[in-house]
Amino acid sequence: MTSDGRADPGGPPPPDGAAASAGPAPSNGAAVPGEPLLSVRGLKVHFPIRKGTLLQRVVGHVRAVDGVDLEVRRGMTYGLVGESGCGKSTLGKAVLRLVEPTAGTVVFDGVDLGGQGPEPMRRLRRNMQMVFQDPLASLDPRQSVESALTEPLRAHGFPGDRQGRVRELLDIVGLPAGAAGRYPHEFSGGQRQRVGIARAIALNPDLIIADEPVSALDVSIQAQIVNLLEDLQEQLGLTYVVVAHDLAVVRHVSDVIGVMYLGALVEEAPSDELYAEPLHPYTIALMSAIPIPDPEVEERRRRILLTGDLPSPVDVPSGCRFHTRCPFRQPTRCAEESPDLREMRPGRKVACHWAEEIATGTIRAAASAQDPTATEVGTPAVK
Amino acid sequence: MVFRQRGRPDVRAVDGVGFSVAPGETVGLVGESGCGKSVTSLAVMGLLPRRGVRVEGSVAFDGTELLTLPPDKLRTLRGRELAVVFQDPMTSLNPVVPIGRQVTEVLVRHRGLNEGEARREAGDLLRRVGIPDPSRRLREYPHQLSGGMRQRALIATALACRPRLLIADEPTTALDVTIQAQILELLKTLVAESGTALILITHDLGVVAGMCDTVHVMYAGRIVERAPRHDLFGAPRHPYTGGLLASVPRLDQPRGTRLAPIAGSPRDTIAWARGCAFAPRCPNRVDECTCATPELLGGRHGLRCFNPLRSGPVQEVAPR
Amino acid sequence: MSLAQVETVAPEETGGSLGRDAWRRLRRNPVAIVGAILVIMFVALALLAPWLAPYPPDKPVGQVTPTSIPGPSAEHWFGLDDLGRDEFSRVLWGARWSLVIGVVSLLLGLIGGMVLGLLAGAFGGWVDGLVMRLVDIMLSVPGLLFAIGIAAMLGSGLDAVMIAIAVVNVPIFARLLRGQMLAQRQSDYVLAAKAVGVRRRRIVLGHVLPNSLTPVIVQGTLTLAVAIVDAAGLAFLGLSSNDPSIPEWGRMLADTQRYLSSAPLLAVFPGLAIIIAALGFTLLGESLREALDPKYRR
Repeated sequence: MTSDGRADPGGPPPPDGAAASAGPAPSNGAAVPGEPLLSVRGLKVHFPIRKGTLLQRVVGHVRAVDGVDLEVRRGMTYGLVGESGCGKSTLGKAVLRLVEPTAGTVVFDGVDLGGQGPEPMRRLRRNMQMVFQDPLASLDPRQSVESALTEPLRAHGFPGDRQGRVRELLDIVGLPAGAAGRYPHEFSGGQRQRVGIARAIALNPDLIIADEPVSALDVSIQAQIVNLLEDLQEQLGLTYVVVAHDLAVVRHVSDVIGVMYLGALVEEAPSDELYAEPLHPYTIALMSAIPIPDPEVEERRRRILLTGDLPSPVDVPSGCRFHTRCPFRQPTRCAEESPDLREMRPGRKVACHWAEEIATGTIRAAASAQDPTATEVGTPAVK
Repeated sequence: MVFRQRGRPDVRAVDGVGFSVAPGETVGLVGESGCGKSVTSLAVMGLLPRRGVRVEGSVAFDGTELLTLPPDKLRTLRGRELAVVFQDPMTSLNPVVPIGRQVTEVLVRHRGLNEGEARREAGDLLRRVGIPDPSRRLREYPHQLSGGMRQRALIATALACRPRLLIADEPTTALDVTIQAQILELLKTLVAESGTALILITHDLGVVAGMCDTVHVMYAGRIVERAPRHDLFGAPRHPYTGGLLASVPRLDQPRGTRLAPIAGSPRDTIAWARGCAFAPRCPNRVDECTCATPELLGGRHGLRCFNPLRSGPVQEVAPR
Repeated sequence: MSLAQVETVAPEETGGSLGRDAWRRLRRNPVAIVGAILVIMFVALALLAPWLAPYPPDKPVGQVTPTSIPGPSAEHWFGLDDLGRDEFSRVLWGARWSLVIGVVSLLLGLIGGMVLGLLAGAFGGWVDGLVMRLVDIMLSVPGLLFAIGIAAMLGSGLDAVMIAIAVVNVPIFARLLRGQMLAQRQSDYVLAAKAVGVRRRRIVLGHVLPNSLTPVIVQGTLTLAVAIVDAAGLAFLGLSSNDPSIPEWGRMLADTQRYLSSAPLLAVFPGLAIIIAALGFTLLGESLREALDPKYRR
């Protein structure tokens, strides 16, 4: 039995007493699915842009995350998708306070992380961990696997047999015990990511934020890691926030998906419903752009192409932040009024003034309204 | 056009790869990192370093043998009739020359236009690849453009001489899906309208499914399966192809099904001389696989396998 | 119980740490071998000079007049100098002094530079700004000129030379270490260490610093070469110990200037010694850089 007591909902306390020594860490109560573990309100991360060498003055802000609300329930997986530069990774890091938020609150298991000083925050980290995109970059090249895995144990005063725990962790993630003495560069990409995952689960955390956990890996390896993450969730009762650009992967692992565009959530939905009926124009375009490995489906699909490039997060468009590229843009409201993320129906949140009209087909994607030379809307294939 | 070649550095990166592309046709080379798909494209274009690499075989372009062509002739041909687009646009564009000059240069040199004509044509090309405000962009340097824009600028330079053969090596891998969709659409239009032959190299099966007429699946430097795309995706025969298809989640399929990964990693191969390179990872392995080398057999649907998948492709392969 | 199939680690990859990897590459590099041989030779001669030198370096052992300075002979391999001392023994002892001056000034410079660089790199903010401005000012003065100024200010003597050379090297090491540390601090593994709750001090000392040291070590090896040349340069200009009994290569060069036409070999031997010692450390430093640079890896 390699999994810890924490894995069983309401089970006995961890036999090693690791959790008991946690200081001000939140209580490791019985995992009740549905109870919110993480709650984010109005989170903003703005990076100042400075000019000048000696007396630096701020000339603007990169609004990487610009007011995000979300809630993640215990035992669930929340998927965060969006294209590069949409702020999804920064959001993930800001939740863990690896990046200092500019505004907003993050409440984790009843504790407001914003008010924590460095040391209490450091102690809280044992309950929330991160898996990184590039497993090679996220491991110290001079550190053996054993050292990388004992580091969190040492940092939090894990009592008892640390070497035994390392062996146990390696076994859980499917690496041979002999891997302990090896260095990151000796492994394949998939194996390195297993090491990264082992480090993240070393302290039996409640929450893991996985930032593009498979995108650096070969296609045939991605599924191994996806399956490992799923198995770990089941075994250890983990809660995930999976940040990724690959909507197919995110949909596969997530219960709820939030779609981000230019620093804000534009849509949030249960993952099945999101594909069946995307509501926000950006989600519709994103969905239609993702290639599906099936020629039959590809030939039948209607593709909605976006025009232009992502606006700069320094200079976010007025009104709806998507209106500059939106194929459904309307002459009124879109350019002036910023839409809130509102609950259109139970479980479906969308930040679009015209979501109802788009859903019922009253408003259609404008084919000719776009720059005609740039793109055509819809593939020439059979409709 | 028939390509037949064999690259042989210290390691045999590519071995016995052969395929042909017709005008207006798109051929896909699919495989994971290190399978030799990029080496193949470099060999076709004569872009491999001459020292330390030996390329054997034949690359025939419209009756001209490219492998034995003198370098200067090849260079002319490369500018005029063959073009290539790589994954990373930043390394393929000259960082200190404005985009406009890089495009007009090609037009002046290879199509004999004068400066004014070339500038007009360049603006036209940028507009065609979907770069807004082309007259301004022509004056800008590569670093001033976004990644997607750079890739489109690169495609514009590749299209400048109206190539008859375009090799696109992971042209959209570094880009976001919405930009990828724009660029794939552009390539499709190019092939359909100007009859360009396109060799598309990618690891993304979804891209292949939407773009290619014929697909070649490569593993460890050899083609393991070759088929028209409907056959390949409808009924993959090679366990590697089947494994790849089963290991990627599909957006249009119900959730909750467990992915079926391929065991091991691409590094777990054996030498082709000793058997099938995929054998160590193969769920369908039989004794023969580790003692004899399978040949690529079959006509339209070619296959290099002793024990191929029989029917219903995907679910059967569950190597756990 | 295992959740995923156990993967084998490719057997041919039995490598080991980065250090071992670099060591393997170093051994295969002929330039490194040549550099290492020169350096080992230099160090060995320097250490063993008292036993290897056939004559005392500071006492006349033969008769010389300014017009007849005997050249190399079986008895005196490099001949005698203008004061009748054995040139070979003096060159050997000179290696000793060069090594002492080089190593001490390098260590002093390294310590000063590392302290400043560590401060700037670990704390950032205004500490960084202050340290870096100081470094900029120091770097704005040409190195040798700077050293001459300091040596002249401190008065003559070997310790003045060593301090002068050390001070010149302080800003170089400081800037190098600080730049490396800032770059390493941005890396994912530092973020990863922070994410698992590793204390700040341990992140800086356990991850950032060790990963920033490689270029400092390389620079240190190269600096040793420069320090030897600089020390000779200062001595040549008369900014060194006044004690004529100390055989210092630069001084030997300066002292024999007058006899360049009659006994040119007296300048050639210490000159060659300087070149060979500096060359050894330069070659070794450059090949170390190659061996340790991640860009050359695999």
